[in-house]
Amino acid sequence: MAECGRVDSNTSHTMDKSITLPPDEIFRNLENAKRFAIDIGGSLTKLAYYSTVQHKVAKVRSFDHTAKEAAGDKLYEISMQEEVTARLHFIKFENAYIETCLDFIKDHLVNTETKVIKATGGGAHKFKELIERKLGLKVDKEDEMTCLIKGCNFVLRNIPHEAFVYAKHADSEFRFQTTNPDIFPYLLVNIGSGVSIVKVESEDKFERIGGSSIGGGTFWGLGALLTKTKRFDELLQLASKGQHASVDMLVKDIYGGSYGYLGLTGDLIASSFGKSATADKEFSKEDMAKSLLHMISNDIGQLACLYAKLHNLSRVYFGGFFIRGHPVTMHTITYSINFFTKGEVQALFLRHEGYLGAIGAFLKGAEEDNPNQYSWGENYAGSSGLMSVSPDMNPMQRARSGTFPFDMLEMDRLERQLVNLPLLQDPSSYIPDTVDLTEDAPAREYWLYCFEEALDGVVKRAVASQPDMPEAALRAEKFRQKYRHKLQTLRQQPFAYGSLTVRSLLDTREHCLNEFNFPDPYSKIKQRENDIALKYYQKAVKSLDELSWEEKQFALVRGVLAGNVFDWGAKAVSDVLESDPEFGFEEAKRQLEERPWLIDSYDQWLERLKGPPHKCALFFVDNSGVDIILGVMPFVRELLSRGTEVVLASNSGPALNDVTNGELQILTERIAAMDPVIEAGLREDRLLLVQSGSSSPCLDLSRLDKVLAMVVRERQTDLVIIEGMGRAIHTNYYAMLSCESLKMAVIKNSWLADRLGGKLFSVVFKYEVPVGKPNKDCGAFSPC
Amino acid sequence: MAFNGHQRDDDDIIDENETPSKQPRSDKEMPVHFRNEPNSESATTAGRATSDRRTSQSATRHRHDSVKKTRPPFPWFGMDIGGTLVKLVYFEPKDITAEEEQEEVENLKSIRRYLTSNTAYGKTGIRDVHLELQDLTLCGRKGSLHFIRFPTHDLPAFLQMGRDKHFSSLHTTLCATGGGAYKFESDFRLMADLELHKLDELDCLIRGVLYLDSVMSSGPSECYYFENPADPDHCVQKPCTLENPYPLLLVNIGSGVSILAVYSENNYKRVTGTSLGGGTFLGLCCLLTGCSTFEEALEMASQGESTRVDKLVRDIYGGDYERFGLPGWAVASSFGNMMSKEKRESVSKEDLARATLVTITNNIGSITRMCALNENIETVLFVGNFLRVNTLSMKLLAYAMDYWSKGQLKALFLRHEGYFGAVGALLELLHPS
Repeated sequence: MAECGRVDSNTSHTMDKSITLPPDEIFRNLENAKRFAIDIGGSLTKLAYYSTVQHKVAKVRSFDHTAKEAAGDKLYEISMQEEVTARLHFIKFENAYIETCLDFIKDHLVNTETKVIKATGGGAHKFKELIERKLGLKVDKEDEMTCLIKGCNFVLRNIPHEAFVYAKHADSEFRFQTTNPDIFPYLLVNIGSGVSIVKVESEDKFERIGGSSIGGGTFWGLGALLTKTKRFDELLQLASKGQHASVDMLVKDIYGGSYGYLGLTGDLIASSFGKSATADKEFSKEDMAKSLLHMISNDIGQLACLYAKLHNLSRVYFGGFFIRGHPVTMHTITYSINFFTKGEVQALFLRHEGYLGAIGAFLKGAEEDNPNQYSWGENYAGSSGLMSVSPDMNPMQRARSGTFPFDMLEMDRLERQLVNLPLLQDPSSYIPDTVDLTEDAPAREYWLYCFEEALDGVVKRAVASQPDMPEAALRAEKFRQKYRHKLQTLRQQPFAYGSLTVRSLLDTREHCLNEFNFPDPYSKIKQRENDIALKYYQKAVKSLDELSWEEKQFALVRGVLAGNVFDWGAKAVSDVLESDPEFGFEEAKRQLEERPWLIDSYDQWLERLKGPPHKCALFFVDNSGVDIILGVMPFVRELLSRGTEVVLASNSGPALNDVTNGELQILTERIAAMDPVIEAGLREDRLLLVQSGSSSPCLDLSRLDKVLAMVVRERQTDLVIIEGMGRAIHTNYYAMLSCESLKMAVIKNSWLADRLGGKLFSVVFKYEVPVGKPNKDCGAFSPC
Repeated sequence: MAFNGHQRDDDDIIDENETPSKQPRSDKEMPVHFRNEPNSESATTAGRATSDRRTSQSATRHRHDSVKKTRPPFPWFGMDIGGTLVKLVYFEPKDITAEEEQEEVENLKSIRRYLTSNTAYGKTGIRDVHLELQDLTLCGRKGSLHFIRFPTHDLPAFLQMGRDKHFSSLHTTLCATGGGAYKFESDFRLMADLELHKLDELDCLIRGVLYLDSVMSSGPSECYYFENPADPDHCVQKPCTLENPYPLLLVNIGSGVSILAVYSENNYKRVTGTSLGGGTFLGLCCLLTGCSTFEEALEMASQGESTRVDKLVRDIYGGDYERFGLPGWAVASSFGNMMSKEKRESVSKEDLARATLVTITNNIGSITRMCALNENIETVLFVGNFLRVNTLSMKLLAYAMDYWSKGQLKALFLRHEGYFGAVGALLELLHPS
């Protein structure tokens, strides 16, 4: 059954209205809010709205260099500008607080354009009058199932690591799924009071192919009768403590052991409640609840499998209030699916399952804004994360704890639409991150510690980046608290935002910095370094040109590697940089590991260079300053000279000291003015600067700017170069591409170096040719 | 082998029956033959099915020839020890000659008299007299087949009786199937000095079903279905035969449920099963209503109203949920109304019993229907003791099959609901496969 709401007398009372809501945290940006939607279930209300967020962004602008010296010795100017971005807010709270929340919204809502609130969920009609009276908005009811599916499609498409497999006894209970670009077809099994089984074939095409009346309502209703326990979560708690074997008749109760002939093991349930068919025995509440839970979970799992088989579907998502964040039911459903499909189908759950109806209802109301035309990103700073509110705690306990329990999800509309890099060998199996910290406890420990240690420095730099703003120190302090709190949450719940990775830790930090209007703490440092490095460009190029061809090729590679040592993002280096500003490029080269490097396929690369030039190289660049100017640019110059077109992909927005697209535009112009090769490249459209669509120090090749993907395809790119620790080691170390690829990085973290079997400043130079691609050596298809 | 009972050389009699026409085995063994053979114009599929049967029949002929020479001594029992009930079938020879009678050992006579002169044994044993098959010829002997059941938890009393009656001195082979054949094997040995010949329950089940359906007796037809299942006023039981039944979905509802896809007598697979079966109905009813027997639970269910307990589609949507073609009367959430305290306080035990029955029955119906679709089978045969004196469930199943499949699926039932495993075990004694 579609219906997942129900009216329970126990939750219909209103909480103390004197409770104050934390306005900085909940219902943020309400003054700019529009397009409301609400999903009222049996116990939880989910509210959705759209807002615009004003943010400071750092912009770079080139000085007019025709008027020489006028701008002093600065290369470009940095300005802070206000930018308006779109954000989706979703808030989940207990129905008991609905009146308090509506009052709050009414008091803070300035925007009066909104006339209608989209509503869905079983409780929508019950609160219709209240909402209309309080907010003065007309309640417009939307079909529940349609909303659910719309919401499901949206999260699957836009939120990485949305779906997970639940494994109770594994190291990490949550195994997050990589985002498959092709989300259809799938089966959604919604377990509300009854069960609906829906086959979703495309954005607009879905069908309820079946269902069952044995669902969450059966567990609750029958459980309440059997155990005299009224609340759903209390019933689940009872169940988690029970022993079903005292109530159920097992195969071994009938056979004395297993039923070997059919391969049915002795512990299988032959007849649920089979042992309770006797008047003269008492059964414990816990045992009965457990038996009931197994009975219902197994039954739903079995039906889901039968439908999945009939319709030949292998992706089966489970949702509804029966599942919602309850480890107990996720476990029993998973067990059942494994049993009935012999492991062929995995039960999948969703991190934001509770929000699907609200998201869908919102999308229904926002169709004129075409939300599906954009890509959206989960904002880690503004989202609560999985299990932020323990499902085991009941509302009275929470009320007593004095806090207003709510859960939030915020999604930012990304300026660019994000797609896969067309050169991924297998997009469906691509995992950007090298180490999943959710499953690697020692690595998790280290990195969480590392990020916490680095926090002081980040705060210091953030304040320093805004010298003319007196309140910067206060904001920086708020940032510190926010990010520290995130780190603490992640220590307890590494699964809160999907797989925990170095990338997600870095991205979370960027989101938190943005939240407190520190869009680019490194802007000044980058500016200074770019200035200095530019001065050495011509000298560096000249000395390279004096080398023999073979010496030059090696020097170019060493240049890129040495340049990469200049990195404020890596602790070991930022220490040296801060203590010794004279630490120069030459010094960096001396620090580099001698060949053979930790990963060393330089000889193959050199051999390749002796062959015909590449058609087009896509270069994902890393840091600004020495790295981009003295390391990367000469390398690019050489590629251009060989007749290879070059696409330089840089970040759309700032992250650490990484060079942004805006900065790179200016730098390249300046270099072009000094270097005819670069100048010709730009003029002849053989050197292109495109943005990656990312604002992360790492790189997710499955979420790249659509324009970049188009260029890559048009130019028939046959070489991908990825530079730096964040993009080539923390991520993409194992990425398989369908063309030649070169990953270059210096390991600037001794712990990681140790992990990889190297030492500080060890070099990774990984040149790979995909199997089955033409190899210039044999002139035929390899493997030869 | 000791010569107990009254085995005699009756090859002549059997040969008389065993005409060279190579009729199906059942025909060979039965004096009169009833099977409505398809008339010569009937569909070729029917003909082919018959010839298949003959092929397999001739293959087993040699085996059969040797079987009759080693016809087992009396008594002839078949036993099925399930999770809840023990089912026992007993063949009572009625063609005993005076000479035989004299030779018959006292123990055997006493067992025969005890079983045939009573309809109840101890506190819980019952002979289903209405199911008795008279004038049956088995292995060339004429007699009656008796159907007896008692709760599995009273098995010790049964073993005690076997011991008291010196059953073991008869040196008979006791063919037994069901999980209890394994579980209680050592009890049989230790308490009653009896060796069980253990048999697989699904093999026995299918053998028993096919056999009983093929037996012509003077009583009502073994197989039947419900005409007009959608219309309570005109829903009537109609006899039929399992003629040309393959492929067949066989749903055995005992304490739990097994669902088998049967393609021929010897070719079948267990598709799936569910733990929500007769044991669940009774177990939940006992907990919810305090009743203690199946009959009591059914009686209560017959007087209750499940719609007070279940939440229907119309309770949520006010009527049909048209977008998904769900009628208002369909159950949206079994026991869904019981989430509310007020409603929990207003329902009767009878309502709860009825809701339990409807929930379990409909769930078996859904799973069965999905299996039928997945296996591409249109004939569904429901058996098992859950259906005993349970017309309510049978009509529900008949209706569910018809309604949700839009008339594609046909639900069939058999009179000897839960005894097929025991019959199969008896057949194994007489004709080891």
